[in-house]
Amino acid sequence: MEITIIAETSGEGIHPVTEQLVGAASSLGGEITVLCPGGRGSDDASVISGVSKVISLQGDCFSSFDSGSWSTVMAPFSKGMVIASSSPTGRELGAQIASKIGVPIVQDVTGIEPDNKVTRSVYSGKVVETSSLPSPCVVTLRQNAFEGASGGGSAEVVVVDNSSEVSVSVREAIAKAGERMDVSDAEIVISGGRGMGDPSNFSHLNEVADVIGAAVGASRAAVDSWDEIPHSMQVGQTGKTVNPTLYIAVGISGAIQHLAGMRSSKYIVAINKDPDAPIFGVADYGIVATWEEALPVLKEELSKL
Amino acid sequence: MTIAVLLKQVPDTTAKIAVSGGRVDQASVAKWSTSPYDEYALEYALQLKEAGAGDLVAITCGPDRAAKMLTDAAAVGVDSMLHVVADTTEMDSKQIQSILAAAIKHCGADVILCGKQAADTNSGSTGPGIASIIDAACVGMVSEVLVEGDSFSALRASSSGNERVSVSRPCLFAFDKASTELRRPNVKGIMMAKRKVIETVSAMDLGVDMGESQVIIESHDSPPEKPPGQKFEGVDSVQTVVLKLREEANVI
Ligand SMILES: Cc1cc2nc3c(=O)[nH]c(=O)nc-3n(C[C@H](O)[C@H](O)[C@H](O)COP(=O)(O)OP(=O)(O)OC[C@H]3O[C@@H](n4cnc5c(N)ncnc54)[C@H](O)[C@@H]3O)c2cc1C
Ligand SMILES: Nc1ncnc2c1ncn2[C@@H]1O[C@H](COP(=O)(O)O)[C@@H](O)[C@H]1O
Repeated sequence: MEITIIAETSGEGIHPVTEQLVGAASSLGGEITVLCPGGRGSDDASVISGVSKVISLQGDCFSSFDSGSWSTVMAPFSKGMVIASSSPTGRELGAQIASKIGVPIVQDVTGIEPDNKVTRSVYSGKVVETSSLPSPCVVTLRQNAFEGASGGGSAEVVVVDNSSEVSVSVREAIAKAGERMDVSDAEIVISGGRGMGDPSNFSHLNEVADVIGAAVGASRAAVDSWDEIPHSMQVGQTGKTVNPTLYIAVGISGAIQHLAGMRSSKYIVAINKDPDAPIFGVADYGIVATWEEALPVLKEELSKL
Repeated sequence: MTIAVLLKQVPDTTAKIAVSGGRVDQASVAKWSTSPYDEYALEYALQLKEAGAGDLVAITCGPDRAAKMLTDAAAVGVDSMLHVVADTTEMDSKQIQSILAAAIKHCGADVILCGKQAADTNSGSTGPGIASIIDAACVGMVSEVLVEGDSFSALRASSSGNERVSVSRPCLFAFDKASTELRRPNVKGIMMAKRKVIETVSAMDLGVDMGESQVIIESHDSPPEKPPGQKFEGVDSVQTVVLKLREEANVI
């Protein structure tokens, strides 16, 4: 079986998730070709172990994201099983490629087997779906659900200079506002409670949040005690209900009203100096330590990833 | 000139989802709602209509119960409604896209707004797939759209923040969460909506031969129970926990 991977790029290079796409593809067996839109990351892709060929797509249309024109150029090279990342751009591009080559697409897959059986989560994580896919088809894979392939490969890089008419023109780039992500939207939330001692100490939570792209939340005690912590950050019965993949509670006791807003988080980490704090009852991973000791180490360990 | 908004009825995000006989038990869903991102698409579709970009039609494909969602949309100002009656639960991406693309053509719409992903499928395939079928410009991750003369300006998320893009008709916008307030119907709107007639058709009426689903759903299962938590003493355990988050939990 042929496998075509749509490289996920980051700046001028390759995003590490591309190695995971190759890792998943290798477990299926087959000839792996990687398509690099705009040629970005072609050299990085060529050394991923298991890749047979890299196609560096150089057309003018690749200077800004337009899934319509990108997919027009990419569809003829998208053979066999087509695999992309389930990032927002990966999903959009994957869906357009699927439509152009006339095959179905299944998004955000977390498990895949050689007989084209895939698993994914539906209904906002409340249900796991197992389905069988035809060949050919398009799938997007969830980041970090698959083992990355290692380096050491040496695939040939073929340069193709095709372009297509661009219909989405970018007029202005607007840098991220200083404002933090809303806790209800975030995949990762780190929240502080009264145990943070002082609102200025939330800067330590912000620093950890910046490393992993998390939103910062708070308990009601923190919101009520300190004017600097707005109600929009409050998680719980009278605040926001959050459903992230990872929730980190720091200096939060774990009152039932707080749990009401975060207990459905996929994974919960608690950092609290009191070994009997109720938050440990719902935590997947509990760390009995003060935040003063734990947060600097946490930041350092996460930065290493 | 016609604007279309695609609305899908899904179990309310607060509703419990039960699984029985290897499938989600649709009958046990306590509350059905419009898929959350579609609500933002609807709000901006109303704003485009009010800015003179065209008449607004709300389109859904779903079972009979989905009609209520269209009436709710009429109560906030949608001009007309098209209901393609079909059970979408086992459809693959090609099937639902071909039906909705045909419905859009049937309405003569050349500006389409939809959600970035539905709260049941969690896919995000439908908008871009339709854009490809009807040969429309596609803008995803949109949080605002404005009409500017003959073209449209949209704000979309990008790797470095946001970017403002412009497109001309035909075009499709797939909506992310936006910062705008959603409007609620008033009494007058509700009364008017009751008098509006929903155009009800089948896929066959639209001339769609959707064939068989090529994606076979084997089973639905409830997610596995979480293992009991692990507790570690002292700051030295931070490294262990980070490792476990990466290797056991796969979340970072
Ligand atoms: C009707 C009602 C609605 C409510 N709604 C909400 C709600 O929406 N959200 C909400 O959060 N609460 C809500 N509450 C309040 C809730 O009952 C608790 O009072 C609140 O959650 C406690 O916040 P906390 O855990 O930050 O503070 P505390 O209970 O004071 O806990 C502080 C924790 O920090 C730990 N700690 C102290 N110092 C350190 C340190 N240096 N390092 C590490 N850990 C440390 C302590 O061991 C303790 O466990 C509601 C209450 C009621 C009655
Ligand atoms: N059956 C449907 N009826 C109307 N709109 C739909 C339907 N299915 C999907 N859509 C639209 O397409 C978006 C993405 O859906 P999905 O690809 O299933 O994640 C939804 O948010 C809706 O706007």
